[in-house]
Amino acid sequence: MPPDAEAVAEQVFAALADPTRRAILAALASGGPATATDLAGRLPITRQAIAKHLGLLAGAGLVTAERGERRRVRYRLRSAPMQVAQQFLAALARDWDTRLGALADHLDRDA
Amino acid sequence: MAFPDRIERTVEIAHPPAKVWAALTTAEGLAAWFGDEAAIDLRPGGPARMSWTGGFTAEMRVERVEEPTVFGFTWPIYGLPEDDPRRTYVEFTLEPAGAGTRLTVVESGFAQLPGDAYRKAYDGNTDGWAKELGELVAYLDAAGR
Repeated sequence: MPPDAEAVAEQVFAALADPTRRAILAALASGGPATATDLAGRLPITRQAIAKHLGLLAGAGLVTAERGERRRVRYRLRSAPMQVAQQFLAALARDWDTRLGALADHLDRDA
Repeated sequence: MAFPDRIERTVEIAHPPAKVWAALTTAEGLAAWFGDEAAIDLRPGGPARMSWTGGFTAEMRVERVEEPTVFGFTWPIYGLPEDDPRRTYVEFTLEPAGAGTRLTVVESGFAQLPGDAYRKAYDGNTDGWAKELGELVAYLDAAGR
């Protein structure tokens, strides 16, 4: 694993560890690009707090700011870092222990 | 932070290699313990597929067939988009152990990245739904004129 991919995944997991940032990402995923003001209207958080989190998410490459006047800048979700993080989760989710247990059970039943 | 590129397990199974081989390499065997439904064309390069109730399907490709000791296939990485080129390689090795079988499974390739994934992960260029929807809107606008 290139260290850069680990860095990308680490930023994704750090971003997702915070409930406010999860709520912002979920709102952008379900509703599409939005301004900090739009998000403040939908989430129980101040616009200032949202702007702070959006800055952090943009730094991590998880959202990107579209061109626009200040306060009317729309943020949109970027999926590429999520896909890097997903391959780590996939390794954890393979669960060969359960599968091999099922194989042994199947052969015992069949015997 | 260290993530596995490779998963390895060895289990002792109280059945001879021929029986374990059949459970691993036939549609009937695979459907009994692995998928809910399975199909397999058992030759290198042959397609195989498993599906689970709930709609998830894995398209596999048989890579190694050395009866009754080695069976290998590639399959997609769960959770990645359907068109993602990354696949992991799964290899089962069967060794006689007394009256039973020592079965080893190795799955490798979780840490691979497609050529442009790293660049994409940082790049400011966004695509996906926003772009697709933009193209649809442009198409409809043009058609309406």
